[in-house]
Amino acid sequence: MTFVENLTLFVLAAFVGYEIITKIPTNLHTPLMSGANAISGITLLGSVVVAGSGSTTIATVLGFLAVVMATINVIGGYLVSHFMLDQFSHGGRN
Amino acid sequence: MTGIIGGLPDSILQFTYLVAGVLFIQGLRDMTHPRTATRGNKISSGGMFLAVVVTILWFEVLSPLVLGAGLLVGGAIGVWLAVTVETTEMPQLVGLFNGFGGGASALVAGAELIDVMGSGNSLSVGLASTAAIAGIIGAVTFWGSLVAAGKLHGVVGDSPVSETVGHGIKILFLSAAVVAGLFLIVRPDIFGSAPLAAWIPSYWVLVAAASILGIFLVVPIGGADMPVVIALLNSYSGLAAATTGFVLNNTVLIIAGTLVGASGLILTVIMCESMNRSLTNVLFGGLGIGDRDSEDMEDIYEGKITESSAEEIVMLMETAQRVVIVPGYGMAVAQAQHAVAELVELLDENGVDVEFGIHPVAGRMPGHMNALLAEADVPYDKMRELEEVNPTFSQTDLVIVTGANDVVNPKANTDDSSPISGMPVLNVAEAQSVAVNKRSLSPGFSGIPNPLFAKDNTSMLFGDAKESMQELVNQYKDATS
Repeated sequence: MTFVENLTLFVLAAFVGYEIITKIPTNLHTPLMSGANAISGITLLGSVVVAGSGSTTIATVLGFLAVVMATINVIGGYLVSHFMLDQFSHGGRN
Repeated sequence: MTGIIGGLPDSILQFTYLVAGVLFIQGLRDMTHPRTATRGNKISSGGMFLAVVVTILWFEVLSPLVLGAGLLVGGAIGVWLAVTVETTEMPQLVGLFNGFGGGASALVAGAELIDVMGSGNSLSVGLASTAAIAGIIGAVTFWGSLVAAGKLHGVVGDSPVSETVGHGIKILFLSAAVVAGLFLIVRPDIFGSAPLAAWIPSYWVLVAAASILGIFLVVPIGGADMPVVIALLNSYSGLAAATTGFVLNNTVLIIAGTLVGASGLILTVIMCESMNRSLTNVLFGGLGIGDRDSEDMEDIYEGKITESSAEEIVMLMETAQRVVIVPGYGMAVAQAQHAVAELVELLDENGVDVEFGIHPVAGRMPGHMNALLAEADVPYDKMRELEEVNPTFSQTDLVIVTGANDVVNPKANTDDSSPISGMPVLNVAEAQSVAVNKRSLSPGFSGIPNPLFAKDNTSMLFGDAKESMQELVNQYKDATS
């Protein structure tokens, strides 16, 4: 992929994101925030690649730390969102 | 350098990333309705699972042990934090998670640089510049989020740094980070024909400078503005992930990171609009804190406060046709949401039209109050937003304000010189009568008095929100049974 192709993807994703996210109601903004947060843990992929192919010890150590931090972000974020949304669906059934 | 399935054509990896990207977008689309939101969250986490698994299987993993240990340690910490968190502490936890995402991006970019050096490949301008950007954004996000979470948690106080000195420090360290980044990209001839190894330290200088910048960016901002800061940092952490995507040439990182960047930015703008403040004002101004309005406060309150009791408010409740409850963060801190939910249920059973009026910035995050009430099993359809509930106050017999202050302050509409001037507020004074439950007359976050408390139709019920609400529940039960 060239830089321009990556940039194209970036710009298109920004438009799609804007269109969808502006439609999310206020009530769901807190779960959205923690869910979006979890998605930002996609950085984990980068960490996985680096920790895996680390040809030097220092790169492996850095990669390991990155994997730990990104995993906290992903797992924690999705779980927190899930708990919150679960409560919403309970409330909604009453 | 390929893993178990790495022998397959590259287009399969790219195709899987496309599927993961679609799952993220569909997951967000499902978040537009409370009914489908839980499914959306699952779809989105499915996208994440797919992307991670295919990446692990695809690339040769030299140290599966290290990788597994990292996933296990991070996963355990994440689960533990998510399970033990109180709903009131959610904002600082989201802030903390944010910081970890940003920190990971900065580390990945650094590790990638070292890897390139180790493998003897040449460092392209594209890789160097994206690594520099990921390093700056990641480090700012990490440290800024830690400070923001610390402030929300009450372990970091507001700063004694003067504004001029603060701005000087920020400009100094931002310049330092940018210069270090430029050195890494251009690698000028000052060391002769030095190998990349000689230039790697400039990446860490960049990270160090950006870290200090991140701290000084957030330290001077008041606690009340932390939600805006967290939303903004959320956006940054997404952008950091997207930038890492440019560094590693990874499409799903770009898509997912961009979605997060957009969501954080939109939430930031919404919060600023709800408080009628510009982003610049939040980042560089700050609401007045202190006692400059103390004389004014006596003028407003002196001799005009009507103190009430639970009995009197229950009498108003008995005759009311329509009741609106306005909750604030004070209610959440006192853990009064369960008592409030019980009160609402009782009123509902007695045929009273009862609803919640929820200000968009009630609580500590956009929509935080809704999450707190949902935790107490308040039916979703009883939660009304500001624009929806405001026109109904004139037909409301009783408004019960509990633990809220600034969001019901009429000064926002009437006093142009007030720091909250122009902020949309709940116009509760239009109701027949208003009962305000509050511990004392102390000002809220904005530090200004509230003329609502001195109005003729307002009565004050002083006391802890949980005790007061429980008292209302008990007395109302007695009165109506």
